[in-house]
Amino acid sequence: MSDVRIGIFVCHCGKNIGGVINVPEVTEYAKTLPDVVYAEHNLYTCSAEGISSIRQKISEHKLNRVVVASCTPRTHETLFRNACEAAGLNKYLFEFVNIRDQCSWVHMQEPEKATEKARDLIRMGVAKARLLEPLEEVEIRVTPSCLVIGGGVAGMSAALNLANQGFEVYLVERDKELGGLLLNLNRLFTINGKAEEVIIPLIERVKNHQKIKVHTSTEVKGVAGFIGNFDVTLDQKGEERKIKVGTIIVATGAEVLKPVGQYGYGDKSNILTQLELEERLNKGMGDEQNIVMINCVGARIPERPYCGRICCMVAIKNAVLIKENDPRAKVWVLHRDLMTYGTEFEKYYQKAMEKGIRFIRYSLDKPPEIVGNNKVKAVKVYHQLMGKEMVLPCDMLVLTTPLIPHEDNQDISRMLRVSLSEHGFFLEAHLKLQPVEFATDGIYICGCARWPTDVPEAISQACAASAKAVIPMRRGYVRPEAITASVNEDKCSGCGTCVLLCPYNAIELQSKDGKKLAHITTAQCKGCGTCGAACPSGAISMNHFRDEEILAQVEALVI
Amino acid sequence: MNNSVLIIGGGIAGIQAAIDSANMGFQVCLVEKSPSIGGRMAQLDKTFPTNDCAMCILAPKMIEAGQHANIKLLTYSEVLSVEGEVGKFKAKIKKKARSVDEEKCTGCGICIEKCPWKADSEFDAGMGKRKAIYVPFPQAIPNVPVIDREHCAYFLKGKCRACERFCEAGAINYDQEDEIIEVEAKAIILATGFDLYDPTPLREYGYGRIQNVITAMEYERLSSASGPTAGELKRPSDGKIVSDIAFIQCVGSRDVRSNRYCSSVCCMYGTKEAILAYEHRPGTKSTIFYIDLRAVGKRFQEYIQRAEDEYNITYIRGRPGNIELNRRNQNPTIWYEDTTTGETKSLEVELAILCQALIPPRDIQKTASILSIELDEYGFVKTPDGLSHPVDTTRAGILACGCVHSPKDIPDSVVQASAAAARAAEILSGGT
Repeated sequence: MSDVRIGIFVCHCGKNIGGVINVPEVTEYAKTLPDVVYAEHNLYTCSAEGISSIRQKISEHKLNRVVVASCTPRTHETLFRNACEAAGLNKYLFEFVNIRDQCSWVHMQEPEKATEKARDLIRMGVAKARLLEPLEEVEIRVTPSCLVIGGGVAGMSAALNLANQGFEVYLVERDKELGGLLLNLNRLFTINGKAEEVIIPLIERVKNHQKIKVHTSTEVKGVAGFIGNFDVTLDQKGEERKIKVGTIIVATGAEVLKPVGQYGYGDKSNILTQLELEERLNKGMGDEQNIVMINCVGARIPERPYCGRICCMVAIKNAVLIKENDPRAKVWVLHRDLMTYGTEFEKYYQKAMEKGIRFIRYSLDKPPEIVGNNKVKAVKVYHQLMGKEMVLPCDMLVLTTPLIPHEDNQDISRMLRVSLSEHGFFLEAHLKLQPVEFATDGIYICGCARWPTDVPEAISQACAASAKAVIPMRRGYVRPEAITASVNEDKCSGCGTCVLLCPYNAIELQSKDGKKLAHITTAQCKGCGTCGAACPSGAISMNHFRDEEILAQVEALVI
Repeated sequence: MNNSVLIIGGGIAGIQAAIDSANMGFQVCLVEKSPSIGGRMAQLDKTFPTNDCAMCILAPKMIEAGQHANIKLLTYSEVLSVEGEVGKFKAKIKKKARSVDEEKCTGCGICIEKCPWKADSEFDAGMGKRKAIYVPFPQAIPNVPVIDREHCAYFLKGKCRACERFCEAGAINYDQEDEIIEVEAKAIILATGFDLYDPTPLREYGYGRIQNVITAMEYERLSSASGPTAGELKRPSDGKIVSDIAFIQCVGSRDVRSNRYCSSVCCMYGTKEAILAYEHRPGTKSTIFYIDLRAVGKRFQEYIQRAEDEYNITYIRGRPGNIELNRRNQNPTIWYEDTTTGETKSLEVELAILCQALIPPRDIQKTASILSIELDEYGFVKTPDGLSHPVDTTRAGILACGCVHSPKDIPDSVVQASAAAARAAEILSGGT
């Protein structure tokens, strides 16, 4: 007689599952499966009531395996595992069956077939649960120091927050000086204060902080290891140096698009980007009286669909500064949608209108045209509200271009084993609720390297990234998942296939009794299974996904 | 009670700040005025631009906050006073009487089932009913009901006691009194979020007069599977399931008569709601009236593009001037000028949704005076140096995050929440 006692909890998820699948029927079916001693269904298994029911039923029915059939392990696995653990059950004796994403959502129009599939998936889950084994997690020490890559406003703000909490920070900047993009800016919206008044004091505070070690003209050449124990190689003009850190924050920023070839940029002498205009404003403007700005140059077009978020504000700011510098000057801002979101930006826009700056909306199917050969003399634009084309005199044409990702984001992403989004910016773990975390533990992201931001947003994100980084450092240890690969040394032939394939550099060949054998650093292994699938000798098995567990699932499906 | 960080407001911002502070090892007291944490995000059906179900991604965070050893939850509670200064604040908190013993209650829900008295559900934005003894929504944390004494027959007329009779745990306690709890904190994080603009004063849109003109939050509850219609888009006048709808942007935003500021999220939530309408009933036609289509976040432009290409959504630039009622079929007719062509036109739809502004919490003046912090001209929390210290307030040791600062979306609120936790940690570490 088997001593396996399985309990099953089937979730309605309100109408998400219950609206399509016949949950009570599926629950009754689950009771008939081998070794299942208890089954119930809940309106929301993840509610406090559902969780306490899991705990209660584990002790009441002496359950030693728990299966929840509900949504996705991505959001809910930890929760249900913790419920098992709280009731004294090893959390790896829990099995998740996803009948929402894989049944009710994708087969919304076919409720009967969705219900049938739910039965199949639960039967497979039970087949696996019968074979589950308890696993123990190892505790890894966390080195209480952080590597911050990028010495702009985001990187420096993160470094200061970490250092003020007593953690050692290595701040690495590839340029000669700290400061980043802000060094090239004139004034900052919405207060119109000098950029240097923000950035210079910040640089001073960073340089003078005992806990921050600044490495300028330095690049990160290599990163090995894992959360708590990253081995980092720095390269300062050919001179290498190794450091050990517990966490890493990426704050490498972005760059401004140069619109070569657009509207004659590069050919005609009186066309600037907003960034070039900042420099002119800083040094002092000439006698240009008619200034035309065109927004969304290189943004919100099929080749680059995203909106640069801050470009509208940059244009309005520079228009205001021109006007304040010379109230007789005429400034037109040709825009598509004006992205002055929130309280402060909208107020700033209204003030700009009051100052006499003219805003004209254009659409992508009727873009502005420039008039003039060597220089832009005028800009033609179709004025939607007036319903006619206007010709604006133009002494200076300013093109508003978005921030774009650095080209070497690719290299950094490969080195750190973190992802980039389709736009080329770094990709956070979850767009809504984990905006400053990467899917890789111990590495965090902030500022324009993630997405274009203004200064306050960059600082907020920097502090947020710091908040995430200090959590493991304050605790002093982490416990990664115990779902890892393990090597059967009797079967291993030492061929090294797994070493080459492992995306986390977690495997190396070690000599043992005169034989080469694959050795897995458990703390570094993410349990992806690549090695296990590739091993020609069948020597590697995946905890929690052992061959017999998978085969039992397949068998349960085809019977 | 001695807590290192006092967090006021249990929406997504307050929850995130609490979890981060607690995971850093600090003691946290999280105060929420309603019976459950969760806030506005809990009311939403899905979230842009991923269409993640709001409750599905929020519930694990609520449970984490509810079960964390370092977090003390005080729900159905209000801060009465704050004394002291950074490093040694002392707050008095009123824990209102639930009339249900939190220790004894098992959350079985029999009291709610048996209660014969009903009131409008705040959680469902008044679109549905709840009992006089209720939990606001199924995933509530804590899962302990509260008796609404203003609608309970026992409190009004001295008889009923149905809940008490059926409660096996003996948890009902009509004599429970408000409790005053003193909390010490080294830093305070304010995260009381926002309220929604009531469009009744904008008479031209007919809200309150034309039944099939509703607000965006009312629509969220209609659209939500946990809402009063179980996710069926039944319009108020006759329960007809709608397939031709319109959204009006900037209702109470960017308007000299109400609020001049932009509410940041309406273009996106309007688009999301239109996409959801199509998903509920493929083929549904939506028209969105806007001034500027503000889609500045990651994957937002792509979301708008998909809305147009795949979800039968049309964007018209113009702020409608009037909504009339077609008495024959109860349809609202929207009069507008398409500003890209200059033409004045009308559009009859089955349901019109007003994308209402986000406004400061209605009790923000009181909160500000209790905390001795300054507000900006609109009533949002003022930041003395918004450029370099975006989550600070005018009083040292008191930080603010999320929409109480200014309207913003969920990722930006979550970022600020973590940033506020980081700033609090800096203060608690003796920094500045």
